[in-house]
Amino acid sequence: MNRRTFRKMKNGAFLGLSLIATLIGLACLTAILWTLVSHGVAGMSTQLFTQMTPPPGSKGGLLNAIYGSAIMTLLGILIGWPIGVLAGTYLAEYGRDSRLSTAIRFINDVLLSAPSIIIGLFIYETVVVRMGHFSALAGALALAVLAIPITLRVTEDMLNLVPIGLKDSSAALGAYPWRTTLSVLYPAARSGIVTGLLLAIARISGETAPLLFTALNNQFWSKDLLAPMANLPVVIFQFALSPYKDWQNLAWAGALIITATILILSISARVLLALLQGKQGAGR
Amino acid sequence: MAIIDPRHAARQLIYERVFRSATLTAAILVLLILGGVSLSLLRGAWPAVSHFGLSFVTREVWNPVTDQYGALAPIYGTIVTSLIAMVLAVPTGFGIALFLTELCPPLLKRPIGVAVELLAAVPSIIFGIWGLFVLAPLLQRHVQPWLIQHFSHIPGVGKLFMGPPYGIGILTAGVVLAIMVLPFIAATMRDVFDTVPPMLKESGYGLGATTWEVIWKVVVPHSRVGIVGGVMLGLGRALGETMAVTFVIGNAHRISSSLLAPGTTISSSIANEFTEAVGDLYTSSLIALGLLLFIITFAVIAVAQAMLRGLERRAVSSV
Repeated sequence: MNRRTFRKMKNGAFLGLSLIATLIGLACLTAILWTLVSHGVAGMSTQLFTQMTPPPGSKGGLLNAIYGSAIMTLLGILIGWPIGVLAGTYLAEYGRDSRLSTAIRFINDVLLSAPSIIIGLFIYETVVVRMGHFSALAGALALAVLAIPITLRVTEDMLNLVPIGLKDSSAALGAYPWRTTLSVLYPAARSGIVTGLLLAIARISGETAPLLFTALNNQFWSKDLLAPMANLPVVIFQFALSPYKDWQNLAWAGALIITATILILSISARVLLALLQGKQGAGR
Repeated sequence: MAIIDPRHAARQLIYERVFRSATLTAAILVLLILGGVSLSLLRGAWPAVSHFGLSFVTREVWNPVTDQYGALAPIYGTIVTSLIAMVLAVPTGFGIALFLTELCPPLLKRPIGVAVELLAAVPSIIFGIWGLFVLAPLLQRHVQPWLIQHFSHIPGVGKLFMGPPYGIGILTAGVVLAIMVLPFIAATMRDVFDTVPPMLKESGYGLGATTWEVIWKVVVPHSRVGIVGGVMLGLGRALGETMAVTFVIGNAHRISSSLLAPGTTISSSIANEFTEAVGDLYTSSLIALGLLLFIITFAVIAVAQAMLRGLERRAVSSV
């Protein structure tokens, strides 16, 4: 075999392998979604949204878990999102390349990838132990801590996308930076900041590990923020690992609800971002 | 010329100070969170650390009845599952990144890229139940018997594939982890490959190189640091991943030579036992496990971030 043929064959072999790798990746996504839909749809019913989680062997729904997840995600976002946006604003507008900003950026990137179970332990130590019991509030705080890094990162990136001319024009009119930020930068980066919000919600709404020992779980309907509260991820965890068929079906239905919610949020975030980039011409 | 009202100007200055301090406080809070995490873990782990000393990380025993705890089995499980994940995910991620940057028809580039990124958005608990109900039976029926049949009698390597095919275990956990970190590795590598100047690649092609030769001899050397950074980022995720592993690892506090046997990891030990832990030493030992995990992942992620620093930061693909 001459050298040229060998090189061509080697080329073909590796490119073929890369195609196979891509097909494997896509197959995994398809397999997971297919399993979720086929198992989840079987468990779908109106009871799911009207009844509480049942004891083993009887029929029921996921109402308390859906409510709990919604409340804790909402609270987590209400606490974590403003902090993330403000911190991102500091890095983009005030701190820029100062040593403090560099350190914060670095720590934030580390927190972004840090295991969420560690955050759960942190909130357990600082909140649950102090209060003496598990609570929805502790769960929400754990989620808030998880929402901050992603919000910060997206906010900073999006503010940096705003054309410098806009900022300069505002400054030339005599506006202080706070005025420029609120009246010019935030509106200009609006869809980018909303993207960050969607991504933060997507990030925390499926989190299980940090809720295991902060919010715990609750078999019953509870609105008390200072008491343990049911939530979808932990219910899925417990029900899926149980030997009861009814519970497993509910776990699949819950898994489908969560995944569908998160995928819709992620896709919306990407669409928004694409619109934003389209508006500004070329990509970043 | 506008007349500037001094009171108005003073008020503006106050607003400016308030806003600036608010953003600064929020930014400093990020540092405080990291400090708080370290301190609270140290404090919670202290009883176990002072009681067992260094032997905590060198002993395999984990017995709540006699209150004896050693972290060797979870550490072993964490490292081995992550290694399996990296062995499977790094070449696959590399292939996907290569396909997306060099081969993919432009029309499909975005949809496939987004699909891979969506895989990253699927919560880990979903990977967990999928792993338990779909992947584990599949491996048990088709892959593990084959591994046992063909590899278990080879001296040395054979030890890794001995024993009955349980389905759940170290190997299955590694495979699930591989699927989970795949999108992170693929997305980072793709972003890194995209930063290679087209001029360099064109020069390679101009000399008559094949696509693969351009990739292996131009693109890869040029993006070496970024590739390693992406791999480390994936490793950081794999080491700390909790729910996906907890479902399929089997939760056995022992070190088996076989990859097919059940085991445990640091994070799955915590997730499984924390709420049921009775006694201060038990709880404290679990928190000490958390501290270990925190130190390991912090080091890995910090190195990864340092390597990826300077490359283009893309928020969305790293979520």
